[in-house]
This record gives sequence, C-alpha cells and structure tokens, in this order.
Amino acid sequence: MHSPVLEVKNLAVEFGSGAGRVRAVDDVSFDVRPGETLAIVGESGSGKSVTALSLLRLVPTPPGRICAGEILFHGEDLLKASEASIRSIRGNRIAMIFQEPMSSLNPALTVGLQIAEPLQLHGKLTWAKAFERARELLGKVRIPDAARRVNAHPHQFSGGMRQRAMIAMALACKPNLIIADEPTTALDVTVQAQILSLLKNLTKETNAALILITHDLGVVARYADRVCVMYAGRVVESGSAQDIYANPQHPYTLGLMASIPRLDQEAGQRLTPIDGQPPDLAALPKGCAFEPRCRFAMARCRRERPALESQGGRHYRACFADVSC
Amino acid sequence: MTIALDRPAASRPRRGSATMKFIGRLFREKPLGAAGAVIFLVFLFCGLFADVLAPYGYNQISPINRLKPPSWQFLFGTDNLGRDVFSRCLYGAQLSVIIGFCAAGLATIVSVVIGVVSGYIGGRFDMIVQRMVDAWMSFPDLIVLIVVVSVVGPGLLPIILVLGLLLGIGGSRIIRGATISVRENMYVTATQSMGASTFRILFRHILPNVMAPVIILFTTRVGFVILAESGLSFLGLGVPPPAPTWGGMLSGSGRTYMLQGPWLALAPGLCLTFVVYATNVFGDALRDLLDPRMRGTR
Repeated sequence: MHSPVLEVKNLAVEFGSGAGRVRAVDDVSFDVRPGETLAIVGESGSGKSVTALSLLRLVPTPPGRICAGEILFHGEDLLKASEASIRSIRGNRIAMIFQEPMSSLNPALTVGLQIAEPLQLHGKLTWAKAFERARELLGKVRIPDAARRVNAHPHQFSGGMRQRAMIAMALACKPNLIIADEPTTALDVTVQAQILSLLKNLTKETNAALILITHDLGVVARYADRVCVMYAGRVVESGSAQDIYANPQHPYTLGLMASIPRLDQEAGQRLTPIDGQPPDLAALPKGCAFEPRCRFAMARCRRERPALESQGGRHYRACFADVSC
Repeated sequence: MTIALDRPAASRPRRGSATMKFIGRLFREKPLGAAGAVIFLVFLFCGLFADVLAPYGYNQISPINRLKPPSWQFLFGTDNLGRDVFSRCLYGAQLSVIIGFCAAGLATIVSVVIGVVSGYIGGRFDMIVQRMVDAWMSFPDLIVLIVVVSVVGPGLLPIILVLGLLLGIGGSRIIRGATISVRENMYVTATQSMGASTFRILFRHILPNVMAPVIILFTTRVGFVILAESGLSFLGLGVPPPAPTWGGMLSGSGRTYMLQGPWLALAPGLCLTFVVYATNVFGDALRDLLDPRMRGTR
C-alpha cells in the first residue's frame, strides 16, 4: 500500500473567542492515499466544510482559528509551513473545488484566463503557453467548442459548465490531492452524475487523491473508496465504503442510511428520519453529542464521550452501544 | 478599456479594433454618454490648444473695448479691462482641465489604495484606518482647503494636492464598501486556494470588480474639483490672477459687472456647467458599458 498523500491528526478548529467560542471541528483524524477517494459525509454544520478549508489553511482568521492538530502532506506539516510555502502548495499540489460554481469564478475575467492563472502563478508556464493549455483543459473537461469558449466570461457559462471550468482549473497543475467541497450541490441531478464521473476519471488518470465533501449518500456509495462520517465536528465512523454501507456501526450512520428513500421500498411507506435537531455547537453535552437523538443511548453516553475505536481493520467508530441487534 | 489585463498574445484581439468597437458601442447604446464625451473632448481640445485658438492673449488689455457685448470681434464680449472673455474662457479651460484631471485622478488613486487595502485586509487594521478617515472627514472640506492654501499660498500645485487628498480620503469609504462586498465572494477564496498572493488577489481579482464605483468616483470628482477650484478662486484663494480660471472670472469681474455686462458671468458659468454635466453623463455611460456582466455580449 502507498503511504498516505495527506494525513490529518487530531485537527481542531475554533471560531469566536471567550464565552462565544465554538469548536467547529474537534479531534478529527483521517488519511488519504494516492488514487483513493475519501468522502467526508455529514449534515450542515457538522464541520465538513471547515475541515476542508483548514486543510489549506483557508479558514478566515479571525474569527476562525486552527487550534490543534497536524496536517501532514507527504510528511510535511502544513500547519507549520511558512506563508510562502503553503502558497506554493495551494493550487499546485493540493487544489480545491468549491460548492457554488455560480460565484467561484471571477465575473470580470475570462474563463481561459482563470484556468491559466494557476499555471502561470506557480511558474510552470508563460502566459501564452498557459492559455494554450487552458484551452486543452477545457476540452478535457468536455466543454464543447473549447477554443471559442476559452474567451468567454463566466456569465456566459451554465452552472455545469462553470463547475467543469473549476475542475479544469483544479487539474491545471496536476495536483496530488483535490478537495471537492460539495461540488455538485448547486447542480441538477443529471449534471451531478456527469461532473462526478468526470472528476473521478480525471483523478484516476493522474493518480491524484480526492477528498469529496458531501451530504449526499448516493454520491458516496457510487464514487467513494473510503468514508468519514462527521457529526457535530467529530468523526463518528470511518471505514471503507463497503464497511459503511454493508455494516454501519454508529447509530448516526444507521439513521442516515434509514432516511434514504429507496426504489425497492413499498409505495406510500414513510421515510425514517433521525429525530431531534443537530446540537448547538456552543453548548455541546459532556458525553456523546449524538446521545439526545440516539435510540441506543445508555447512561454512560451522557457521562463520557466515546473515542474512535477500531472495529477490525480500517473500520472505526465512536460509540459504546452494541448496534448489531 | 480601463480594465486592460495582460492578456496572453494568443487571444489578444487587435487593440485598435477593440477600442473602435468600444467607441461604436458607446455611440450606439449610450448616445447621451457619447455626447458627454464629445463635449468633454471639445473642452479638452480647447484647453490644450488655447494658445493657438484664442484670438487674443488672456491678459491682453484694450481700454477702448471695455465691457463690449458679444460680437463677431469678441465672441463672448469683453470684461471691464477690455480683455476678450472668449480667449479667457479658453485659457480657463486649460487650467480647469489640468486641475480637474490631476486632482480627481489623485483623489481616485488615494481612494482606491486606502479603500481596497483597508476593506480587503479588514479586522483591526481596517478599524484603525477607518477611524483615521473619520477624523479626517470630520473637518469641513472648505475649512481645510482655506487653511492649507493660506499657509502654503495659492497656486496650482497646492490646490491639486489638497483637493486630491481631501476628496480621496473621503471617497475611500465608497471603495472600501465595494471591496468588502466583493471580498465575500467565493472566487476570492477560490483564488486564495490556488495560491495567489494578497497583492495578486487585490489587483487581479478585487480591483476589476470594483471598477464601476471607481469610474463613477473619478468622473463625479472631475466635476466636483472644477467646481471646488472655482469656489476657491471665488474666495480669492484659487490660482492667482491674472491667470484666468472660470471660478475667478465668475467671482471677479463677473460679479462686479453683472448688471452692465451679464456675459461676463454667463460665459464662464456655462463652460463650467457643460464640463461638469458632460463628465457626469460620460461616467455613467462608461460604468454601464464596462460592467463585466455586459461584456462579451453582442
């Protein structure tokens, strides 16, 4: 097995200060290997986007602050890297794709210029060559008539085309790792599948690792090799996609699975939602954060916070209960 | 175009044709703005070539022709010293255009630098800078102008510097506001995630997107500065006589001899009105045409 491209250890991110301090990400650890797709799953506010931003130290500071942990990229701790060296990694060796294709391209510049920018920025090519390459990349992400479209402004692109352009931009420098933060949330379903397949194929071509942040379990099942389930800023279960789907071990994961509509269920049958609300991050319980909504909750869950423990191999969960019954 | 970026050679359209196309659009889509541009250019031309165009010198006194009404010999009449008002208006255009452009240009540069940097960096830095701007803005403009000019002495350079700084610092608020709203856009974070430096983000990604208010700021400032200079000359603190400025002409002979020779006040007054109006409508048209969302559409 290859050594991991990225290894995150005990990452913690806080927002605000004093009494209003909120720990958005707490003790998160995971790793990704070359060619692997890791999905980080969770509902809104579970800390998945903040985790993604903190990998490249893009958490807005203040109010945010990465307060603990290590982010090892090929063994180098990004949290200790100088501003100049992290800049040389951003977009060059680790690229990011954002969730809103509508606003993640600059409206004042042509698409081609923006795709060429990282190439020129990291000193790989001159402007003229970078622009030539931008045209090839647009073709590669299957935008028809790339030669003409390269001179178009973002407002002349549809949502799906813009996300393709973002992918072209992310792939420009052939990064070792691509972080895609809900890349298809704003797109309609048919376009979603196209974009994700494209992303998956292109990363396979370059053997890049892909971190896919999503709340869509359908996406996870189809594209991820490994999965991290996050709840209230913590990883509650992680393992291979196979482990998570065939043998979910955390009550929250079980709840998520049960709440997916299925084609083979009887018509008129109601979905099973997870009762209650996600917790307020500013006032987390002392014990397990999922305890108030958990149907397996025990007295111990209120007192102690369960740690991530191996369930055999690379399948981990943070729960005391026996959920197999 | 104002937002000319270092486009790679491969895609660069021939610059001449792009400019011509832009002028074509100006006339087709914004006829009023085009009229403004033409009026402004006419005044600019008059100002630049005043030496050739003016039939008389601006200080050429002819006692027998005192207070003559407009005629073919003296297009705008003559003043109380027998100087040709038309020639003086032409020379006045020269001074007004210099002051208007330089001071408004300086003001815009100051506004953009303070506003973009302060707005983008934000946090404590922004707080400190903005409190200093507040302090500066709490002085009434005219008082600062009068104090500085009376200390340094009247002249072209002090007026340009003082007006430029004064308006620039106040105007930085507008640019700061625009910058803050642009900064929150996803593409700024996206650019950061590509490894761009702060400097690059400011110049390539923020500045082009705040160009609309910058253009408006500049064109309204041109009018304002020309008026402010007239105000100063009116108070006797402008460019010292006998150099002709429109404000000075209005206040000096224009006011004293308003009843005997209304043309003395009318001519410079109309010049002033036309130039200020022209820059404003031209600025509006420019802003609309340079809007990136409208660019690239046919």
